[in-house]
Amino acid sequence: MSGTAISRRAFGGGPLALARAVAFLGLMIAGIAALIVVIAPPLLAVLGLGHLLQDMLTRQGVGGDEATRDLAGGLAGLICCRFVLPRALLVIRSLATRTRTLSRRWCGVPIGSAYQPPPADPRRLGYLQRMSWLVNDVGTWQDLLWLAVSAVVGSVLLIVPVMLVGVGVVAFIVPALSLAGLNIDGLRDVIPPPAFPGNTPAVLFVIGLALVALGLWTAPSMLRGYAGLARFVLSPSEQAELELRVMHLDKTRRETLDTGAAELRRIERDLHDGAQARLVAMGLTLDAAGRLIDTDPAAARALLIEARDASAKALAELRDLVRGIHPPVLADRGLADAVRALALDSPLRVTVTGALAGRPPAPVESAAYFAVSELLTNVAKHSGAHAAEVDLRHSSGALRISVRDNGPGGADPSRGTGLRGIERRVAAFDGVLVVSSPAGGPTVVTLEVPCALS
Amino acid sequence: MRVVIAEDLFLLREGLIRLLEAYGFEVAAAVDNGEDFLSAVRTHRPDVAVVDVRLPPSFTDEGLRAALAARGEIPGLPILVLSQYVEQLYARELLADGAGAVGYLLKDRVFDGDQFTDAIKRVADGGTAMDPEVIARLLARNVAAEGPLARLSPREREVLELMAEGRSNAAIAQRLFVTERAVAKHTAAIFTKLDLQQSDDDNRRVLAVLAYLGR
Repeated sequence: MSGTAISRRAFGGGPLALARAVAFLGLMIAGIAALIVVIAPPLLAVLGLGHLLQDMLTRQGVGGDEATRDLAGGLAGLICCRFVLPRALLVIRSLATRTRTLSRRWCGVPIGSAYQPPPADPRRLGYLQRMSWLVNDVGTWQDLLWLAVSAVVGSVLLIVPVMLVGVGVVAFIVPALSLAGLNIDGLRDVIPPPAFPGNTPAVLFVIGLALVALGLWTAPSMLRGYAGLARFVLSPSEQAELELRVMHLDKTRRETLDTGAAELRRIERDLHDGAQARLVAMGLTLDAAGRLIDTDPAAARALLIEARDASAKALAELRDLVRGIHPPVLADRGLADAVRALALDSPLRVTVTGALAGRPPAPVESAAYFAVSELLTNVAKHSGAHAAEVDLRHSSGALRISVRDNGPGGADPSRGTGLRGIERRVAAFDGVLVVSSPAGGPTVVTLEVPCALS
Repeated sequence: MRVVIAEDLFLLREGLIRLLEAYGFEVAAAVDNGEDFLSAVRTHRPDVAVVDVRLPPSFTDEGLRAALAARGEIPGLPILVLSQYVEQLYARELLADGAGAVGYLLKDRVFDGDQFTDAIKRVADGGTAMDPEVIARLLARNVAAEGPLARLSPREREVLELMAEGRSNAAIAQRLFVTERAVAKHTAAIFTKLDLQQSDDDNRRVLAVLAYLGR
């Protein structure tokens, strides 16, 4: 490795890391301020009212300035508990969330969210419900612990490089000004560097340079240390992870059962109104034809043709129904060819790339097929695109399918129920759906379902 | 005309045999799975084979694969594939060798004995018989793409549809209640508008149209 590479590695990240350390410090200070807001009101309430109560119980003359002060303090504390406390806890939560995101983005240290899923609409909760949600969430307590730990240990990690650079810069100013030809004698009173031995500009210059270099050199590792500490304290506990998992499974199971039941109802209705009705009509027509065959053969023949056409219509309806339940080409050929068949049926020019070395489990295959089918329909209907690409592959234990169109983009996944429905269907297999649709296009929808091929 | 049938459902198989015999075909063999079909085709060398897509033992596209294998073994063997549903993907695979003499029809089409046996004869003669549903979907796709197809008149599009199904000018004329000369004029206009090579040979003409639509 060349010398420049080493120096770039050692110092190049320095200023950036320093700036980030300052940002983390800012987050921390904000957090500590919020922590004070959390701790102070209950303390005030307990102390004020407690003192008042003590005075009352010991009958040492309730009243007077002291009692008024106690009462006012205690009530102020209570009012703060009522109105400020939950908000402060949520502020702390958002600061901790920010710390998690930044430590992943800046230091490459991922920290999972440690909170229980929030209630459906947290804004509409009453005070007690909201407090019980926050207090019963282990994540809230982890946040508070994190503020304490970061104030005691984390602050040291962050302040060291900042201080080194800060002091170095101050030590720098004096020689810099003297070099610039200014009289530094007067300045010495304003920026006194007496702690530095020698006190000559040259010595100060060297010391300043060394301190700044040291500060920049240590900043990246200190930052990493800080992120590591955050990870240690803020990571979700095993129990929290399990709770989240159970909740996710519970939700997806319920949705899967609902979808399944709705699907059966739809099939029943389709059969009842479609093929079944047609068969009844056919039976009636054939019966009429049977009665007419001797007296009016021509009319009987017309009825027979009618019955034949009705049977063709019943078949066509059954065919559509079967396509909606389990497309034959999927059963015959598997996902890749079934997607190719979809591409051929689409009004768009659809190219299919990629291949699968085996077949995913049947339920996954079916969910993926209907997802692609719906995505292509969406593209044809809403995107304004005239061509699309579907890519499917299986890598690192997951089936990945992306559908990209050449439309103008700007699709909003929160609007419309189509994408939400697909998301629900793949969620049952722990799959995810990602939509990227910048203005100007292209829109790419990617779905990923963990599964093995057989 | 000698026919080999592969159809696993007893009722349908018997129905097909009865229908074909009523129209004067000779059923050389009627089997119920892909493997037997291959050996029946080898022994009997029929003029045309009628195969169901879904056959045992896999109950997937066994019949289609047997048909393609038979065509590989006996090049140009006329084959009509029947199915409960039609897929453009399968139609393409059948047409892929460009030799013609293939048919791909929904099972419902056997309801009309005249048309069905007409399709069988067409395939036996080296022509094609594509299900109207396949053609409709091919056309829908091309119309949506707003290519040259949009420049066809409604009548020309009708002619194109029937032509793509594999019908001769005479049959189209009969179907549309016009003279053969009128049909010839329409087809010439279609070929010019789509920028296709004219051809007197019916089969080559149909294959050109299918290739154009299936691009």
